[in-house]
Amino acid sequence: MYTYNDFDEAFVRERVAQFSGQVARRIDGSLTEEEFRPLRLMNGLYLQLHAYMLRVAIPYGTINPDQMDQLALIAEKFDKGYGHFTTRQNIQYNWPKLPDVPAILEALADVGMHAIQTSGNTIRNVTADHFAGAAADEAYDPRPVAELIRQWSTDHPEFQFLPRKFKVAVTGASHDRAVVRAHDIGVVLKEQNGVKGAEVIVGGGLGRTPMVGKTLNEFVPFADLLPYIEATVSVWNLLGRRDNKYKARIKITVHEHGIDDIRARVEERFTQIKPTFGGIDMEMLAQIEQHFVAPIFANKPVDAYTRAYENDPVFRAWADTNLAAHKNEDYSIVTISLKKPGATPGDASADQMRSMAQLARDYGHDELRISHEQNVILPHVHKSNLPALHAVLKGNDLATANAGLISDIIACPGMDYCALATARSIPVAQGIATRFDELKLEHEIGQLKIKISGCINACGHHHVGHIGILGLDRAGVENYQITLGGDGTETTVIGDRTGPGFAYDEIIPAIERLVHAYLNARLDAEETFLQAYRRLGMAPFKEALYPPKEEKANAA
Amino acid sequence: MSVIVQDGGFIADDFIGEWLDLTSDTDPATLKQYAGSAAIRIDFPAFSDGRGFTLAKILRLSGFTGRLRANGHVIADQYAMARRSGFDEVSISDELATRQPQEQWLARADWQAHDYQARVRRPATAS
Ligand code: SF4
Repeated sequence: MYTYNDFDEAFVRERVAQFSGQVARRIDGSLTEEEFRPLRLMNGLYLQLHAYMLRVAIPYGTINPDQMDQLALIAEKFDKGYGHFTTRQNIQYNWPKLPDVPAILEALADVGMHAIQTSGNTIRNVTADHFAGAAADEAYDPRPVAELIRQWSTDHPEFQFLPRKFKVAVTGASHDRAVVRAHDIGVVLKEQNGVKGAEVIVGGGLGRTPMVGKTLNEFVPFADLLPYIEATVSVWNLLGRRDNKYKARIKITVHEHGIDDIRARVEERFTQIKPTFGGIDMEMLAQIEQHFVAPIFANKPVDAYTRAYENDPVFRAWADTNLAAHKNEDYSIVTISLKKPGATPGDASADQMRSMAQLARDYGHDELRISHEQNVILPHVHKSNLPALHAVLKGNDLATANAGLISDIIACPGMDYCALATARSIPVAQGIATRFDELKLEHEIGQLKIKISGCINACGHHHVGHIGILGLDRAGVENYQITLGGDGTETTVIGDRTGPGFAYDEIIPAIERLVHAYLNARLDAEETFLQAYRRLGMAPFKEALYPPKEEKANAA
Repeated sequence: MSVIVQDGGFIADDFIGEWLDLTSDTDPATLKQYAGSAAIRIDFPAFSDGRGFTLAKILRLSGFTGRLRANGHVIADQYAMARRSGFDEVSISDELATRQPQEQWLARADWQAHDYQARVRRPATAS
């Protein structure tokens, strides 16, 4: 794992000092509220519906047990005893008080963490595949490149007042778990003629105008990657629209100018910028790579796992859903679900954070990850330790066996916290999870991703949910629109709208009808919801959602 | 009236000559022709308009070595950004200079410290 060098350490300390000064200068009037706003935003501090919210970066989702313990401490000392993990590998505290914020930032700096550029019109926290360094299908670990991009983008003097926010995601595996095609820039690591580099994808994004990213360059060698990304952001900084914030993101710039025009501009800017990079970045990358060497894997029998799997149905159900294939076949990648039916997706209490940190120490080579699906991952667990680990999870209410299933829902904070929300999303997620738990159908249904956003900004990624739910406000009443067939992987597709929306009390029955339609129509248990939708199209699902009038009359 | 800010603090305007004024929406493709100018001022209509930083950078990359001034609504917290992007100085209104007095600007005059950009752009050490 990356650990701060003296430069990083001095930088975050200096930044805390600057922000403490900015808070004081806001109070004495040196800074107007308008001037203070972007400064607090670039330090992760939002003003929400009820209070300030502090968003802390977990760069590329990687965190160690001591850092997790510190997050727990902050939750207890400065918040209401819990934190909320987001879809962009951040943790949010919903109740900090403004005067406490410098102390929180100091506490973060103590463990090599920060809240820098987690909001505002800047380059945001760089995200990556949460199975990085562990996944069986991984060709290149995305974290060293992500860390290099983090350093390059931090406090970049040209890019603190961009037209809008800018998000970068990196993956190095054949299966895209980082939704790179829904980011402003997606970086897919690859090799060409023995040279390491990356495909650069641009202009993806969800929000009110969802777009799938387009390839800007098939192959950029590592030595050119920072100048190439810088050229892209530089072109957009001048070309992006500043007259309308809904048209400011680079996806709109790409859409309006065309990918070929953007590519030509980027190439030209690149030739100007490239000579300003002296080449040390490749040495820095090599040094960063040393921080991410794989742990020394244990070589011991896995009998304990086999025995538990054969004899304990609860363990087996959890193992079947929450384990993923590791590079080393004696190991597993463990997903700890933060989606217990009825709970708020992505929330973890301080005690839960501490127990996960301890599990990482005891069984997980001191590593944890935060996934964009709002779960916590232990990337390296020897199979023989899984039964003991599962027992601890059970004792801490963390053993929900639902990774990838219908109750493993992504939901944004919605009306419960967010000032922009037009509808509630957390209670809808809770309702769906609780309902299907009652029906005991979850494992029968299999892989199904439901994603819920509380407004058109789409923080809940509803466009790429197999079933997407978007909460809107229709004349003061919550109304939920459904999309089907979305996909956030290497085959990214934006979901299709089904038709008129549903009221708050109709949405859960509507989802139930949809799922029954799938169960009736699928070829066999192997065919997932998404596959069935791709084969059959909208018709059978639409019929289930909007039954013909007579039937309704008969039923009534 | 306006106040000029440099690394040493507030100074009275000591420039005698013609400024070439550029707006923040200047097309970057046109910048090359100004490379030989003596002095250029780039307008910051609002502190949230970050285009001026990139324009400054491109001007410098195009070979402009004259005096470069950020002119308008730039706040003290942006001083380091302006210097790192290639500006020599900032010109602000009297109102802003009163609200954000000299010491707030001097606090950011150490713009060469803690600079990730300078760090990632250093020359390679290996041959
Ligand atoms: S989607 Fe809307 S309601 Fe949900 S978190 Fe984003 S801005 Fe807030």
